[in-house]
Amino acid sequence: MKFSLGKWLLPVYVIVAFTFLMIPIVYTFIFSFNDSLKSNITWRGFTLDKWLNVCEVQNGAVCRAFGNSIIIGTVATVAATVMGTMIAIAIVRYRFKFRSATSLLLFLPMATPEVVLGAGLAAQFLSAGVPKDMLTIILAHTMFCISFVVVTVKARVASLDPALEEAGRDLYGSPNQVFARITFPLLLPGILAAALLCFALSFDDFIITNFNSGSVTTLPKYIYISASRGIPAEANVIASAVFIIALVIVVTAQVSKAARAKRLATVG
Amino acid sequence: MSGDTGAFAEQGADLELVGISKRFPGFTAIEHLDLTIPAGSFFALLGPSGCGKTTTLRLVAGLEEPTTGRILIGGKDVTNLKPYQRPVNTVFQSYALFPHMTVLENVAFGLRRRKLPDPVGKAHEALRLVELDHLAARRPQQLSGGQQQRVALARALVNRPALLLLDEPLGALDLKLRRQMQLELKTIQEEVGLTFLHVTHDQEEAMTMADTIAVMNKGRIEQMGAPEQLYELPKTAFVANFLGQSNLFTGTVVGTTSAAISVDVAGQSVVVPVARSHRHAGDVTVGVRPEKLSLHSEAPVAGAGRNVIGPARVIDVSFSGVSTQYLIAHPALGTIVVFAQNMAFGPVAHVGEEVWVSWDVEHGFGLEDDPGDSPRFAPDTDTKSIAAQRHAALVTELGEA
Amino acid sequence: MAFAAFATTTGPGEEIARRRSPIALLLLLPGILYLILFFLTPLISLVLTSLQAPSETGLPGVYDQAFQWQNYVIVISDYWPHIVRSFGYALIATVLALAFSYPLAYFIGVKARQWPLLQSLLLVLVIAPFFISFLLRTLAWKQLLSDESFVITSLKALSLMAPDAHFTGTPAAVIFGLTYNFIPFMTLPLYTTLERLDLRYLEAGNDLYASPLQVFRKVTIPLSMPGIVAGTLLTFIPAAGDYINASRAFLGGSDTQMIGNVIEANFLILQNYPAAAALSIILMSVILVIVTVYIRRSGTEELL
Repeated sequence: MKFSLGKWLLPVYVIVAFTFLMIPIVYTFIFSFNDSLKSNITWRGFTLDKWLNVCEVQNGAVCRAFGNSIIIGTVATVAATVMGTMIAIAIVRYRFKFRSATSLLLFLPMATPEVVLGAGLAAQFLSAGVPKDMLTIILAHTMFCISFVVVTVKARVASLDPALEEAGRDLYGSPNQVFARITFPLLLPGILAAALLCFALSFDDFIITNFNSGSVTTLPKYIYISASRGIPAEANVIASAVFIIALVIVVTAQVSKAARAKRLATVG
Repeated sequence: MSGDTGAFAEQGADLELVGISKRFPGFTAIEHLDLTIPAGSFFALLGPSGCGKTTTLRLVAGLEEPTTGRILIGGKDVTNLKPYQRPVNTVFQSYALFPHMTVLENVAFGLRRRKLPDPVGKAHEALRLVELDHLAARRPQQLSGGQQQRVALARALVNRPALLLLDEPLGALDLKLRRQMQLELKTIQEEVGLTFLHVTHDQEEAMTMADTIAVMNKGRIEQMGAPEQLYELPKTAFVANFLGQSNLFTGTVVGTTSAAISVDVAGQSVVVPVARSHRHAGDVTVGVRPEKLSLHSEAPVAGAGRNVIGPARVIDVSFSGVSTQYLIAHPALGTIVVFAQNMAFGPVAHVGEEVWVSWDVEHGFGLEDDPGDSPRFAPDTDTKSIAAQRHAALVTELGEA
Repeated sequence: MAFAAFATTTGPGEEIARRRSPIALLLLLPGILYLILFFLTPLISLVLTSLQAPSETGLPGVYDQAFQWQNYVIVISDYWPHIVRSFGYALIATVLALAFSYPLAYFIGVKARQWPLLQSLLLVLVIAPFFISFLLRTLAWKQLLSDESFVITSLKALSLMAPDAHFTGTPAAVIFGLTYNFIPFMTLPLYTTLERLDLRYLEAGNDLYASPLQVFRKVTIPLSMPGIVAGTLLTFIPAAGDYINASRAFLGGSDTQMIGNVIEANFLILQNYPAAAALSIILMSVILVIVTVYIRRSGTEELL
C-alpha cells in the first residue's frame, strides 16, 4: 500500500482534494446571491433577488439562452441515443464486415479535439451554404454524442445474458415480443445513462457550439460572451440550480440503487 | 402444430432426429445423429463437454438450425419452425429467469404469449407443484439456487409441452440438493407423463433418473440403451471408461466355443461369453468392472465359470467409506482396480501383499473397438492423453512440413 | 460513464455468438451514415479548406480551392511557439492531473470497497464539477486567483509572492486551469481499473518480501496501466486543443495563447479559414499519431 506512513494520510488527502474540487462550485453558488450590478466580481451584499427574478435581466437573455440549451440538448439526446443504441446492439450481437473501420469511426470523434470538430463542421456548413442556427448546433451535438452513447450502451448489451432472450423465444415470444418485453427493459438503464451523459455533454458544450451557432445563444455561449463585459449573477443562479438538480437526481439514484440492492439481498 | 400454439399435448410426444448434422464455421458439433425418443420416457443425453449434447438440445428447441436432417415431434416435421412455434420448452442451465419480473410473471410468461385464459391461476398451480407458491411475488434474485431451479422448471412445465428439455439444470446445486431434485424431477415426469430430454455430463445423475441413456462423444452417439445395459455391457472403450470405471485388457482370441471365447492376454487366459463380446476373432479388448472382482491371498482353485489372474502385488489401498479401492500391479497386465465392499472392518489386503484376482466369466465384456489404437475417443479429461495427442499431432505436423 | 468505459480491459466475458443478418446493416446504417456525413466529411472539408488560396477578388473571407501547400509552412512558421506551447501545457497538466487523481482514485477504488454507497457518492463528487458550467468553474478560479483576491493578497502579505507578481495571465494559471478542469477525465478511468484490482496481488507481493513502496511500484502501477493510459489520453487530447483556459477573458494572458486560441481567432475573427484549417489538421495529426501508437498496442476492439 502506498501510504503506509500513516493510515490517515490518504483519507486526509482525499478530503483536501475534494475540498479543492468543490471550491469553484461553492464560489459560483455564493455569488448567485450577490447583489451585483453589471459585473459579478466584487461582493456587494446578499440578496435573493437574482433567484426570484432570474429571467428579468437583459430582457430575459439568460433564460432564453437556457431555453435554447434545453431544446438543443433534448433533440440531440433523442437523436444520438436512438442511433447510438442501434449501433451498440449491432456491434455486440451481429457479425459484419468492416468491423475495425466502424470501431475507428466511432472512436475518432471522442479523440478529436473540440476545436477541430467545431472548425471542421463550420467549414463544411460554410461551403454547403447552410446558415448557422439552431439546426446546425443540434446536428453538431448529435454527432459528438453518438460515440458516447455507443460506448455506454455497448457495455450494457454485452452484459445481457443471451439465455434470457432465448428463454423468451422458447416461451413462445415472437421476435418483437422478446425485444419489447425482455431485451428493451433490461437495456433501459444503460440507455438512460447514455441519454443522461449525452444531455450533460450537450448542455455544457461551448467550443463546438461557438463555431456553429451563428446568432443563436446557448447558456455556455452566453457566459463566454458576457465574460469580458461582466456576467450577470443570474447565470450563476441558473448554473447553481442545474447543479443542485443534477446532484439531487444522481445522489437519489445511487441511494435508491443501494437500498434496492440491500432489499434484494435478503434471500427468501 | 405449425403456428397453432393453442392446445398442446396432454401427454408427451415422441421425438425423432433423422440424419441430423450441425456444422459451425471452424468445427463440426454434430457429425451424424439418428435418434428416436419414445413418448413419455425420461431420456438422458450423456457425454463430456464438447460432445455435442447441448447443441442437440438447442436444435430440438429451435434455437439453432441443423445443417442437414429433419426433426419430428409427435410425427410432425418441425425442422423449419421457430422456437415459439414448437411445442417444446427448455429449462436452461443458468435458469435464465427474467430478472425484471416477479416469479409469478416469469412462470406466466409463456401462457400470456400464447394468449391462454387464466395465466395467473395456472402459474400459481405450477408453483404449487414445485412448492414455491409462497414466493410468487419475489424477484428471482431474492431466491436461492435451488429455488430458482424450481421456478425455471415450473415456468417450463406450466405450458404442458409435448417435450421438455433440460440443459444440465442441476449443475449449480450442491450434492444433497442435487440428489433431492433428481428424485423430484423423476417423480414429476412420471406424474405428468411428459417426455423429458435431459442433457448432462454427470453419469450418476443420468443412470439414476433416465429410462434410456444415449452416450455422446465428438458429435456421435456411441451407445444407447437402459442404464444397466450400458453399464454392464459397454460397446466401446469410451463408454466403458465414461460410465464408471473399467479394467480393460487387450489380447488375441485363441479359442472359441459356442458359448464363449478364450482370449490370451499377455500370457493369461481370459474367458468371455460369446453373447457379451462384439468381436469373436482376432484382436479384442476385454474388460471387467472393478466391483465384480474378488481378491484372494492364495491362488484360488481355477474352476469353470471364473477367470483368475495373478499373482500380483497390492500397490495402493484407499478407504472411501462404503468400499475400499485396491490398486493391484500385475507384471504383464499393468494396474488393475478392485472395489471391495467393506463387509468387515479393515482392508482385505495390505500394500505389498501378493494377491490373486478372480471374477465370474459372465461379468466380463468384449468391446467393439479396434484394440491397440489409442481408443478413437480418448476421454477429454485425461490431461496425460491430451498431452500425448498434442505431441503426436505436432510430430505429424512437423513431419509433414 | 463513457470515460470509464474507455479503460475497460475486456473482463472475463464469454464470447457471445454473433449472428450474420441483414438486420445488422439496418441498425448500423443511420448512425454510421450520420457520422460519415457530419464527422468524416467535415474533416475532409477541413483538409480541402487548409489548401485554399485567397480568391482573386481580394475580398476577405472568400477563398478559392487550390493546392496551396505553403499554407502549412506559413502557419507553422507563424505559430510554432503556440503549437509547442499547447502540447507543453497539456503535457504538464496531464502529469499534474495524474499525480492529483491517482491517490483519489486509489482511495475510492481500493480503500473504499467495503462501502459501495460511499464509493458511489464519492464518484458523484468527482464528477460534480461537470454539473456546473465549465466556463463558470474557470471564471471562479479567475476571480479567486486574481490580483485583488483574498488568496493572492494573503500570499503577498506573507511575502510568499513578489508584490508586483501576478498569477492570472501566466502560464502557471493556464496550466492550473487545465489541470483542474480535466481531473474528472483522469480520475474515472483510473478508478475503473483500480476498482477491479485484485488485492491478492498486493498481498502476494508483501508475502514475497516487497516493501509497500516496492509493491506499489512493481505491482500496483503496472496493473493499473490500462487506466493510466486511458486517463492520460482522455486528458491530454482535449487539453491540447483547449482555448478557454488560455483565453484572456479567463486565465490566460497575451503570451499564453494556445493553438486553440489561434484557430478560433483565425476562423471566427480573421476569417482566415485556410490558416485555421491547416492548424486544425496539424493538431489532429499529432493526436492521430498518439492514438495510432495506442491502437498498435491494444487493437481496435479495445477502443470502444
